[in-house]
Amino acid sequence: MTQNFDVIIIGGGIVGSMMARSLSRYKLSILLIEKETDICMGATSGNSAFVHAGYDPVPGSLKAYTNVEGNELYEQLSIDLGFDFERNGDYVVAIGQEDVPALERLMAQGKRNGVPGLEMISGMELLKREPLVNPEAVCAMWAPSGGTCDPFGANIAACENAIQNGVQVMLETEFLDFILEGSRITGIRTNRGEYLCRWAVNAAGLYADDVMHKAGLRPEFKIQPRRGEYYVLDEAEIELKPCFFPTPSTAGKGILVAGTVHGNVIIGPNAEVIEDKEDRAVTSAGLQEVICGAKKIIPSLTLRPVISLFAGLRAYGNAPCENPGVDYGHDFIIEIPSKIQGLVNLGGIESPGLTAAPAIAIRVIEMLKDAGEKLEEKKDWNPVRQRRPRFRHLSMEERANLIRKDERYGRVVCRCEMVTEGEIVAEIHAPLPAHTYDAIKRRTWLGTGRCLGGFDLPRVVNILSRELEVSPLEVSKKGPDSEFLTGTTKPGMTWGAEG
Amino acid sequence: MANKETYDVVVIGAGPGGLAAAIAAMQNGARDVLIIERDLEPGGILLQCIHNGFGLEIFKQDLPGPSYAQKFIDDAISSGVELLLDTMVLDITPDRRIFTASRKGGIREIKARALVLAMGCRERTRAQVRLPGTRPAGVYTAGTAQRWVNVEGYMPGKKFVILGSGDIGMIMARRLTFEGAKVERVLEVMPFLTGLTRNYVQCLLDYDIELQLQHTVKRIIGNKRVEAIEAVAVDEKWEPIPGSEEIIPCDTLLLSVGLIPENELSRKAGVILDPLTAGPFVDDRFETSVPGVFAAGNVVHVYDLVDWVTQAGFVSGKAAALYAVEQEHKAEKKILICSGENVHHVVPQHVCADSLKGADIKLQLRVKQPVETAVWVEVRKGANLVSRRAERYARPGEMITLRLPVKAYDEVQSADELTVAVVKR
Repeated sequence: MTQNFDVIIIGGGIVGSMMARSLSRYKLSILLIEKETDICMGATSGNSAFVHAGYDPVPGSLKAYTNVEGNELYEQLSIDLGFDFERNGDYVVAIGQEDVPALERLMAQGKRNGVPGLEMISGMELLKREPLVNPEAVCAMWAPSGGTCDPFGANIAACENAIQNGVQVMLETEFLDFILEGSRITGIRTNRGEYLCRWAVNAAGLYADDVMHKAGLRPEFKIQPRRGEYYVLDEAEIELKPCFFPTPSTAGKGILVAGTVHGNVIIGPNAEVIEDKEDRAVTSAGLQEVICGAKKIIPSLTLRPVISLFAGLRAYGNAPCENPGVDYGHDFIIEIPSKIQGLVNLGGIESPGLTAAPAIAIRVIEMLKDAGEKLEEKKDWNPVRQRRPRFRHLSMEERANLIRKDERYGRVVCRCEMVTEGEIVAEIHAPLPAHTYDAIKRRTWLGTGRCLGGFDLPRVVNILSRELEVSPLEVSKKGPDSEFLTGTTKPGMTWGAEG
Repeated sequence: MANKETYDVVVIGAGPGGLAAAIAAMQNGARDVLIIERDLEPGGILLQCIHNGFGLEIFKQDLPGPSYAQKFIDDAISSGVELLLDTMVLDITPDRRIFTASRKGGIREIKARALVLAMGCRERTRAQVRLPGTRPAGVYTAGTAQRWVNVEGYMPGKKFVILGSGDIGMIMARRLTFEGAKVERVLEVMPFLTGLTRNYVQCLLDYDIELQLQHTVKRIIGNKRVEAIEAVAVDEKWEPIPGSEEIIPCDTLLLSVGLIPENELSRKAGVILDPLTAGPFVDDRFETSVPGVFAAGNVVHVYDLVDWVTQAGFVSGKAAALYAVEQEHKAEKKILICSGENVHHVVPQHVCADSLKGADIKLQLRVKQPVETAVWVEVRKGANLVSRRAERYARPGEMITLRLPVKAYDEVQSADELTVAVVKR
C-alpha cells in the first residue's frame, strides 16, 4: 500500500530540516526524503558557518528579508535545539581610502535592510580592538548581530527535533518525479517507490532547479553551483573571535577571516561558477586566492597552521526578485506557485541560506495558511531537542559523573577534538543515526583536528563495525562505494598463536 | 593497578622513549614511576612496525619493532614501573598535576615530582601539505595504513600511489607489495630522498617500485573512492611544471610526508616549543623550559632510528629521577646551541657546561641540503673551532651525531653560545 502524507519535503539540508521542524508543530503527517546516506551533505556541508547580519543582500529582495529575520532567530534556536552559536559580531574593513565610499554604501544598505546596531569605527579604533588587523585599515563597519554557528549541528538538531515531533525521515531516497493529477501534485516517485502527499516541498538545494522543472515550473531557472574553497587554521596557533570581511566588490562578499565555534579560524571562500553539482574539489589556484584575500585583512596569517581544507557549493540561481521595484537577478525563490497546486517551491537558496533557513520556514507556514491550509497546532509539540553530552565541553567533575554512568565516555578516541567512544556510540544509535564515518564527524567533530583522523580512523571503523554488526569492510566514509578497506591481508600468518 | 596519587616520576606515553625514561628513572633512584598510555598495550607505534631494522645500535641485533619494544616492556615491568593503560591524559599543569580519563578509572588527578613527556609524534596530513582535489575515501597516512595491515589484518586498497619518500611510506610500499597490492609509484617533491637510503634500497629498488623525485600530487580525483591522482613534476621552487602532468589510476593515496612532534600537552604545561623542531627547547638532560618537566624521544624532535629514541629516553629518565629525589633546581648557566650553515636544527638547544665535567655531551642534528661529498661537522665558539668530526656525506634523512668532548669544558663554559655547522671538506 502506498503511504500517504500531508507533506513530503525533498531534501535534508538546513532548509528542508528547518522546514520539517517548523511544520512538525502542526497536526500533519510529514516525510522528509534525502538522497544521500545522511542529511547535511549538500550545500549545508560546506560554508563559512557564518550567521550573516544582513547588510549584503539587495534591499527589498527575499534574501534581505529572510537574512535579517533569520539572524534574529538564531539565538533562541540554538538554545532550543542545542547547537553551538556565538554572536561575536563582524567587521567589514576598508583597506585604503578607495574602499570608503563602497563601505558607506554598504552601511546605508544595511540600515535599509533593518540590520541592528551598525556602526562605523575608525581604523585606529579597529586596531585597538583587533591588533592583528591590517594597519592600513582606514575604517570599518561593525555589525554586532553577526554570528558563527556549527552548521552541521544546526541542521542535524533541527531534523532530530522534527523526528521527535513525529516527522519521518528516509535516507538514500532520491526524488525522481512528481505524480500529477492535472496541475495538482498528489505524490512523488522515488528510487524506493511512490509516496502520496497533499503538499510537496522542494528543498533540494543544488538540485532545486531539476525538481521544479519536473513540475513544469520555471524552465528558465538554473542553478549554477558557485564553488567556494576554505582553509581551517589550528586553534593553538591563532586566536580571533569575530569575523572580518573585506569591503565587498561586485564579486560577492569577499574572503572572510573568522573565528569558529570550535575556536579554530576559518578563511575563505573564493567564488567560482562551475557546472558539476558534485565537484567539491579544492584547487591550488583557489586556495592561493583565499590566502591572498585573507592576508589583506590579517597580514600575519600563514599557511603553516592549516589543519583542513575543503570546498563547498552554493546553490546560485538566476531568479529575478519578485518585488517589482527591485532590479536583482539572483534572489531566493520562496513561493507557492499558482500554476501547480500542492507545491512549496524553494530555490536558489545560496548564501545567506544558512542564516535565512529558519525565517524561510516561518514564511512558508504563513504562505500555507494563506493558501487555505488549516494548520492546527499540536498540544504536545516539543521545540526542545536535548543536546547530547560533549566530553570536551564538560568540567572534570561532569566528566567523572558521565564516565560513572557509562564507562565508554572514559575512552577518548579522537585525541585532538577530545571525542569519546561514548559520544560516538550515542550518535550511531541517535534518533537520526550516524552510520558512516563522515556522519559521525559532522555530529562530533571527530577527525577534524590537527591529525585529521590519523589516530581515530581505524578505531572508529571498528566501533562502527561492532555497533552496526557489519564487517569493517562494509564501513564507509560516506556511503556505498566509499568503503575504507578493500579486503583482508593474506591468510596463513598467525601472530603469537604458537604453543 | 596504579592508584597512588603522587609519583616521583610520571611518564606520558609507553613508546620506546617513555619506556626507556621509566626504566632509567627506576635505576637512578626514583621510588615510584608510572607510565600513562592511551593505547591498550605498551610499546607505542613499534607494535605496528613488524619490519626489522630496530636495535642495530643498542643491541647489535636486527629486530622487528614488537620484539624491540618487548625487551623494554619486560625491563620496565621487572624493575617495578607501574603502567596505566587505556588512559588518556587530558590536561597537565606547569606544577605537574596530570588529569586523566579512562573507562575503568574515570577522571583522575595524579601528581608528579618530575614529569617526562614522551607522546611521540604524529604524521603530517593532507591538509598540511595542502593537497588539492576531492575528499574521497582512500587517502590515508602511511601509519594509518600500517596499523590496518599489520595490526588489524585489513588492506586499505589494491592499487597505491605513495606521496613522500619518508621511511614509513617506503616500508609500506614493500609491505603492501607482499600482500599482493600494486604500488604504482612513490612521488617525492624534494630533489632528494627524505627517508633512509637503506629503506630505498630494501623497500623500493628490490621490488622494482619507481621513485620519482621532484614530483608531487597535483590533485586527487574521485568523489566516493579515490579513482586516480594527477602527478606533476616540480621545479626547484616546488612550482608545478606545466605539461608534465600525468594521471595515475589508483584506489589509494598514501601520505608519507613527514612527522610532527606531538606537543599539545606540552603547551598546556607551559613548555616553550622550538619552531624548528616543533618540540620543546631542551638542555642536555632533556629538561624543558618548565622545571621538573622533561621530554624524551620523538616528542623532542623526529629521530631517524628508534635506538636514538631509547638513548634519549635513558638520559631524560635519569635526569627526571634526580630532580624528583633532590627536588631542587640548580640555577646553572646554559649555553645556547645555534644552527649554522646547512643545519636545520640541533638538539639539545642548550647545554649546561657542568654536564661536561662528567661526560661528553651528545648533539644531534639534521642538515637542510644533501651533500654527497665529505663534510666537517663543526662546533664553533665565534670563529674558534671547539670540536669537529668528519662525515662521508650528509643527508637530510639521516641524523648526524657529534659529541662535545669533556676536554672542551673550558672553552664551552666561557661561551654564551656555540654554533654547529656542516661544511664541505
